[in-house]
Amino acid sequence: MAQSTELHSFTLDEAVQAIKSKKTKPLDFYQALRKRVDAIDSRVRAYLNFAEPAAVPQSSNGGLLSGIPISLKDNISTEGWETTCASQILKGYVPPYDATVVRKLKEAGAYIFAKCNMDEFAFGSSTETSAKGPTFNPWNTAYVPGGSSGGSAACVAADEAICALGSDTGGSIRQPASLCSVVGLKPTYGRVSRYGLVAFGSSLDQIGPITKTVKDNAMLLGVIAGHDPRDSTSASAPVPDYVKELERPIKGMKIGWPKEYFIDGIEPSVRHALQEAAEVFKSLGASIQEISLPHTSYAIAVYYVVATAEASSNLAMFDGVRFGIRAKAETLRDVYLETRDLGFGREAKRRILMGTFVLSSGYYDAYYRRAQKVRTLIKDDFVQAFKQVDLIMTPTSPTTAFKLGEKMEDPIQMYLSDIFTISMNLAGAPVISIPCGFDPKGLPIGFQLVGNYFDEPKIFRAAHYFEQATPFHKMKPKI
Amino acid sequence: MNYEPVIGLETHVQLLTRCKIFCSCPTSFGEQPNKNTCPVCLGLPGALPVLNGKVLELAIKAGLAIDCQIAERLRFNRKNYFYPDLPKGYQISQFKHPICFGGFIDIVLPSGSKRICITRAHLEEDAGKLLHEGIPDGSYVDFNRAGVPLLEVVTEPDLRSSSEAYQYLTMLKAVMRYAGVSNCNMEEGSLRCDANVSIRPSGSEKLGTRAEIKNLNSFRAVQKAIEYEIKRQTELLDTGKTVAQETRLWNESRQVTIAMRSKEEAHDYRYFPEPDLVPFTVSREEVERIRKMLPELPRDLSDRFQKQYGLTAYDAGVLVQEQRLAHFFEEAVKCGTQPKSASNWIQSELLGILNERKLSIEKSPVSAKDLAELIALIEKGTISGKIGKEVLPRMVDEQKTARQIIESSGLTQITDEAAIGKVALKAIQANPKSVEAFKSGKETALGYLVGQVMKETQGRANPQLVNKILKEKLEQTI
Repeated sequence: MAQSTELHSFTLDEAVQAIKSKKTKPLDFYQALRKRVDAIDSRVRAYLNFAEPAAVPQSSNGGLLSGIPISLKDNISTEGWETTCASQILKGYVPPYDATVVRKLKEAGAYIFAKCNMDEFAFGSSTETSAKGPTFNPWNTAYVPGGSSGGSAACVAADEAICALGSDTGGSIRQPASLCSVVGLKPTYGRVSRYGLVAFGSSLDQIGPITKTVKDNAMLLGVIAGHDPRDSTSASAPVPDYVKELERPIKGMKIGWPKEYFIDGIEPSVRHALQEAAEVFKSLGASIQEISLPHTSYAIAVYYVVATAEASSNLAMFDGVRFGIRAKAETLRDVYLETRDLGFGREAKRRILMGTFVLSSGYYDAYYRRAQKVRTLIKDDFVQAFKQVDLIMTPTSPTTAFKLGEKMEDPIQMYLSDIFTISMNLAGAPVISIPCGFDPKGLPIGFQLVGNYFDEPKIFRAAHYFEQATPFHKMKPKI
Repeated sequence: MNYEPVIGLETHVQLLTRCKIFCSCPTSFGEQPNKNTCPVCLGLPGALPVLNGKVLELAIKAGLAIDCQIAERLRFNRKNYFYPDLPKGYQISQFKHPICFGGFIDIVLPSGSKRICITRAHLEEDAGKLLHEGIPDGSYVDFNRAGVPLLEVVTEPDLRSSSEAYQYLTMLKAVMRYAGVSNCNMEEGSLRCDANVSIRPSGSEKLGTRAEIKNLNSFRAVQKAIEYEIKRQTELLDTGKTVAQETRLWNESRQVTIAMRSKEEAHDYRYFPEPDLVPFTVSREEVERIRKMLPELPRDLSDRFQKQYGLTAYDAGVLVQEQRLAHFFEEAVKCGTQPKSASNWIQSELLGILNERKLSIEKSPVSAKDLAELIALIEKGTISGKIGKEVLPRMVDEQKTARQIIESSGLTQITDEAAIGKVALKAIQANPKSVEAFKSGKETALGYLVGQVMKETQGRANPQLVNKILKEKLEQTI
C-alpha cells in the first residue's frame, strides 16, 4: 500500500494501466483521491460533492476507462446527483437523467468521482461567481484558478483528480487550464454531445477534457466524442483514434502566429513564454509563420452579444415552477421576480439583462443580427488561415492568474481575460491549452493551439510533441 | 353608419403524429397528468430538442393541401415569454421563415365560392395545461400537451362575416382531415383558433383597429365571438369612441369578449434563431414525393361531384365537407339512387336526424345501402315520400331496414284505386263547402280534400292517385 499515497498523482494513462494490470483496484484510486481531498481541498475548494464508495465499480467492464474516477463540472447532468451549476437557483435539483458524456463515460467503465465548482452557470473567468464560494489556485491560493471551469482545472492541477471534464463557451476550459498548468481542450463545435450540459450559449458551448497530459486528453476525448441522436448540433463525422495519431511526427508542420494576438496589453512573461514555445516547435521541425486574423478585435463585442442573448433565453427555464428554489409570493409575476432575484447571482443577472436587451424589439438588428454577421467574418478568418497553416498558436490568457477580488468589481476587465479564447468559440474551431512556463511569481502560463474543424488529431500531435520536449507538465504545485 | 367587418383567423392544427415534435413522448390524449413527459418536453436543464421527421412530412403535406409553397429551408426560432405552462420559458416556433406560405382555401357560400388566402402556416410546439379546479391554494401544471406538434395556419384578413369564418374553419378542417394530417378535434384541443376582428366604414379600403380574440374553443364560439365583437366595435364607433388594439378573451358562459391586455402590454417575444436546431434544406424531391401522397381533396371531389353527378356547387360543397359523408353519398349512388335525390335525402333528412341524436355520419346506424333502399321504395311507390320521412328516423332509432319497418307497421302505400275512391267519396260528402269552392274555381280547395284523404289513410295513400281520383269524383258530381 506504500504506492497508494501516490495514486492521486497518476495520469489517466497510468491509472488505466494500473487497473488493467490489476496492480491497483478502482477503490484504491477512490480512497487515495479522497485522502488527497481531505488533506488539501479546504485550501483549494475545487469540489462541491463526492460519490459514495459504493459508486466505485468493483470490477472492470472491459471498457477503456474501467474503474477510472472522473471529476465533473457541476453543469453536466448526473442522474440522481444534484446538479446546480454552482447556482442558488438550482439548489436541490436532481436530474432524472445522465448527460450523454456521463453515459459514455459509464459505458467505458468509468464512474463520476465528484462534481466540481465553477462560476455560476459558467458566467465568469475566475470561479468567483460561484454561489458556493470561490475555488483557489493550487499554485498560489491568493490567486484565482481561472474560470469558469476553475474547479475542474484546479482539482486536476492539485492531484485531487485523475482527470476532469469542463465546458467551454468563451474559454472556460482553456483559461483555467492555462492558469493552473494543466491541459484543456475545447473540441470542434459538434464533436461532443451537449445533451445534458446545462446550456449557457448553445451555439458556443462544448464539453471538453481537462487532464494532466496531452495523451490523457486524447484518451478522454476519444470516449466522449461522437454523434448523439439527442443533439441535433452534434456532428456525424467519425471519431478517429486520437491516441494512435499522437506519435505521428510533426516535422514540416506549419504553425501560424497571428499578429493580432501579440498586442500591447499582453504580459511580458506570457509573450516571452510564447516565443520560447515557438522555438521549441522550430527545433521539432515545424515552421512558424506570421498570419493575420483581421477580425480578432471584434470578438469580445460579438461574443457578449451572442452569448448573453442565448443565455438570457436559456436561463428562462429557471422560473421556480418545476425544480430548484421557489420564492413564496402572492402573484405569479412576483413568484418569477423573487425566485430569480434570490436565485441568480449578480453576474447571471447582468448577463440576462444584456441578453434580453440585445434581443429586444428595435435593438435586434443593431446588436444580435450585426453580431451574427461579424461572427461569420471571424469564422472566415480561421477558414482562410487554415488554407495557409496547419495550426495556429496564441497565448491562452494575456496574463497569468490574478488575485481573488481583483477584477470582481470591473466586469470589463474580467471579460478581457478571455480576449484570446473567445474567437475559437465563435468560429467553432477546436483548440487546446497546454502549459508552457511560469511567470516570475511562479504562476503558470499556457498557450493555445488552434486547429481546423475536426482536426483535433493534429492539435494533439503538436501538443504531445511539445509536451515531451518540455518539463512543464511534470511540475506540480506545492500545496 | 354601415360597417364592413374584416376578419383574419389564426388556427392551430395539431399534426397527427404518434410522438411529440422534439422528443419521443407519445401524443395520446386523456392520459394521467404528466405521464407523457421526458426531460426534453419538461424543459429540464441540459435537454435538447430533436425534430421528429414525421412532423415535417405532415406540415409539408398540410401546406400542399392548402396550396401553399414550401420553404427552401426549415428554420426554427425561439419565442421568449414566461408562463407556467411553458416549460423552457420559450416556445420553439417559426418566425420570419414559416415552412408553408402563400396558399388559399376556397369556401362554399350559398352565394357562390370565395377564396380565402393563407398568409402562412408555421410549425411550433404546444404548451402544457394549467389545472385550477379542485385545488384550494394553487395550480397544477400538466405537461402532457407540451411539445405536441402544431401547425399554425394564418389567413389574410379576407373574411367578412362570422358565417364566412365558420365556413372557412369547416373547410380547413375538411382539408386537414382528407390529407390525413390532423383529426381537427376541437374537444381534444387538436384544433384551436384565434380571431383578429376589425370593422371599417363600408367602401373604405383602410383597415380599422383590430382586436385579437382568444380562447375560442368551438366553431360556434368563433362565430359568436366574432358577432359579439362586430357589435361591440360598431357601438364604440357609433358613439364616437375608438376601438383599442388589444387582446381579448372570449367568455363562453357570459358570451362576451373581455379585454386581456393592451398593445402597450403586449409581449416582446424577442424572437431569435433556435441555436439547438440547425437549419436544413427541404429538398424539392421530398416535397414532390409528399405531393404525390396527397389523396383527392375536398375541392377535387366537389368538382367531380358536380361534373359526374350534376350536383350544384353548393350541394357538392356540403357533401365533401366530411370525407365519410362524401363516401356515404357515393355509396348510395352506387346502390342505384339518383344522385340528386341521394344528395337531398342526406342533406335535408339524414344529417338532421343524426345531428339531433349527436351522431356523426360514420356512426350512422343507417348505411348508404339502407338509405338507397328507402329511396327506391319511395320511387317505386311502395311508400309515399311523406311516410319515407317518418320511416328514416325509425331506421336510425330501431336499427331496422326500411322494408322491415314498413312491413311490420303496415305502412305500404295504398295504390288500390277502389280503396282510395271510397275514402275520397267520404271526404267529398263530409266537406260540402270545399266542394263548392272547388266548383267555383278555387284550386286550393282540392289541396284541402287531398289532405283529408291522406289524413284518413295515415299518409299511406299514393298522393298522385288521390289527386287523380278526387278530381274525377268532383267532376262526376258537377
